[in-house]
Amino acid sequence: MTEPREIGVDARMTEAEAGRRSRVLMKGNEAIGEAAIQAGCDAYFGYPITPQAELLEWMARRMPELGRVFVQAESELGAINMALGAAATGARVMVSSSSPGISLMAEAMSYMAGSGTPMVLVNVMRAGPGLGGIGPSQSDYFQATKGHGHGDYRVPVLAPASIGEAMELMATAFELAERYRTPVMLVADGILGQAMEPVELRFRNPERHVFDWALTGAAGRPARIIKSIDLQPEVLERRNLALQHKYAEIARQETRFATECMDDAEYVVVAYGTAARVARSAIEKARARGIKAGLFRPITLWPFPTRELARLSRHVHGILTVELSSGQMVEDVRLAVEGRCPVAFHGRMGGMVPTPDEVVGALKALSGKVERTREREREQQQKRHSGLLEDRTGGHRRATEAASRERTQGAEVGVRAGTRGGGER
Amino acid sequence: MTLNPNPELGVRAAAPRLIYRKPDVLADRSTHYCPGCGHGIVHRLLAEVMTELDLPAHTIAVAPVGCAVFAYDYLNVDFVEAPHGRAPAVATGIRRVRPEAFVLTYQGDGDLAAIGTAEIVHAAARGERITTIFVNNGIYGMTGGQMAPTTLIGQRTTSSPLGRDAALMGFPIRITEMLAQLPGVTYAARGSVGDASLIGKLKAMIKRACLVQIEGGGFSIVEALSNCPIGWEMTPQQSLEHLNGPVVEAYPLGVIVDRWVVSQPAGAGSAGAGSAGGEAPAPAAGAGPEA
Repeated sequence: MTEPREIGVDARMTEAEAGRRSRVLMKGNEAIGEAAIQAGCDAYFGYPITPQAELLEWMARRMPELGRVFVQAESELGAINMALGAAATGARVMVSSSSPGISLMAEAMSYMAGSGTPMVLVNVMRAGPGLGGIGPSQSDYFQATKGHGHGDYRVPVLAPASIGEAMELMATAFELAERYRTPVMLVADGILGQAMEPVELRFRNPERHVFDWALTGAAGRPARIIKSIDLQPEVLERRNLALQHKYAEIARQETRFATECMDDAEYVVVAYGTAARVARSAIEKARARGIKAGLFRPITLWPFPTRELARLSRHVHGILTVELSSGQMVEDVRLAVEGRCPVAFHGRMGGMVPTPDEVVGALKALSGKVERTREREREQQQKRHSGLLEDRTGGHRRATEAASRERTQGAEVGVRAGTRGGGER
Repeated sequence: MTLNPNPELGVRAAAPRLIYRKPDVLADRSTHYCPGCGHGIVHRLLAEVMTELDLPAHTIAVAPVGCAVFAYDYLNVDFVEAPHGRAPAVATGIRRVRPEAFVLTYQGDGDLAAIGTAEIVHAAARGERITTIFVNNGIYGMTGGQMAPTTLIGQRTTSSPLGRDAALMGFPIRITEMLAQLPGVTYAARGSVGDASLIGKLKAMIKRACLVQIEGGGFSIVEALSNCPIGWEMTPQQSLEHLNGPVVEAYPLGVIVDRWVVSQPAGAGSAGAGSAGGEAPAPAAGAGPEA
């Protein structure tokens, strides 16, 4: 479908401007909606919730204008199940919501994962738990990457750090959903959703495929069934193995991340989304103060860039994870690092965003701990080699134990200091 | 078609006349339903109606959670499984992107009248052009016979072992009557599988509900009162007597609302216009039990 113009009626932009591929100022939620439309989204189903309401409103205006489907459902349950039905016929389908709404959508996400139904879901995260608040937050990392619904399944999770990147990733989300027959989630937060940024109106409409599974009416072919239940354990195990095979393939092919200032970095800040943008400013400041810091930014939260982080952890002195949460992604960072270097954490919650200075403070605390630990280790080594120890075997054992105790404490203190550092500042 | 049924008589019998043929859309397999259960009858009626109206090749159906969870194994049409109670929302999604399809949900009373109340009410309120076959046997059969919102007062179930007590467990829901209040509902009727004559009437209701959708009406629903011998702890015969007695008393049979005139050209009467709250017209002539 070719549109007469690249973007809809918009007070901030004349048609001539839209004709050129110019940079325009757009609100994140609206840009995400328009990117979905330009990516060929056939149907959108939603329910009002802040801070994603503008996305619903954008779709309410634009989709009917283009002769496409928009339904405001009676609940998030209704919305995602409408999406399930539309997606089952092979349509390109999207829903959006915020944290509590995603909890309600979890049930159908599990069904869609189990039955191989593609869909794109945008979560403009609120600050939870419960009703929480509407400030910027990343408190749904666990929900997005480990959970939502029941059962052994995964969902690719894309985490843009800018509105422009969110627009590009919307097309990617539809591609992944259709290529792997899976729900795909894009997570943003209150800042990405509601702030305005200059964006380039560059859209992508992924190629359409004819699906041999889509429900179109069994005319001249056997009936098709989209389901997730198999009462025979052997059959259900095969369904599960096929899913796991698919997830392994996604992990191999679709892991995305970005790095900045990593060439000479001794310390790495791991952060995604809005937190990564704070981290970027912090890294500049830290470098001005002599800490060689770099940024590692996961773009897919699942599949998580475990291998790349593991490789990094062999070279750097320490890792600081920054999140708008109590520390959720940091668990995946630690799993990737496997104790090869200290991993500290700094985060704010409830809609608060850490300042770059806070992050620099946490980096200094981490580097300080690491330096002191290294210093002590050097001293212990010198002692051992200078023969000052009275008893060769016993003394060596005691010294080793002491050194390892201090090393462990150092790492742990580093973590706690990192956390506390934020609060104190 | 020229079989001689009695060759040993040496008499050439007249060419047999086909009086009934199992519709092709009904799969050639035995069902998982318990002996005496009414689901099989409703499946057959639906299959007959779909065949008569030439629907199978255009149908996209939604299977529920409950006893009819495997409906897709018995009806040879495209099917999608819905989470428990969500079938009307799933059907809405299908309807909106496939305006040409015949869209059907098949749901039980736990699915439709308990966990799925929001979805059915709002699909009906939107006047979604879908048809719902609602099998009400007053119990959660699949999970072992627990109390449903439709369970009769005093009825014993595994989760109301002393009988349903209205003071503690509330009253049975006549949800089809509730839905019929909504102007988006073009046709709502309640039938029963209680005996051969009722089965014929039930088929006529299903046919009309399907016609309403084909001809462009709004939401249509047929509630089929059914028996659950196992869940009710009765023999099939006893269960039918119970169905035709106390169950029908609690859930009166008949057309609850019919806001569609079949002879009307499609789109001529918007849902509810002029008939909201009015007495339902009698089913159109010719919609009676199949000869």
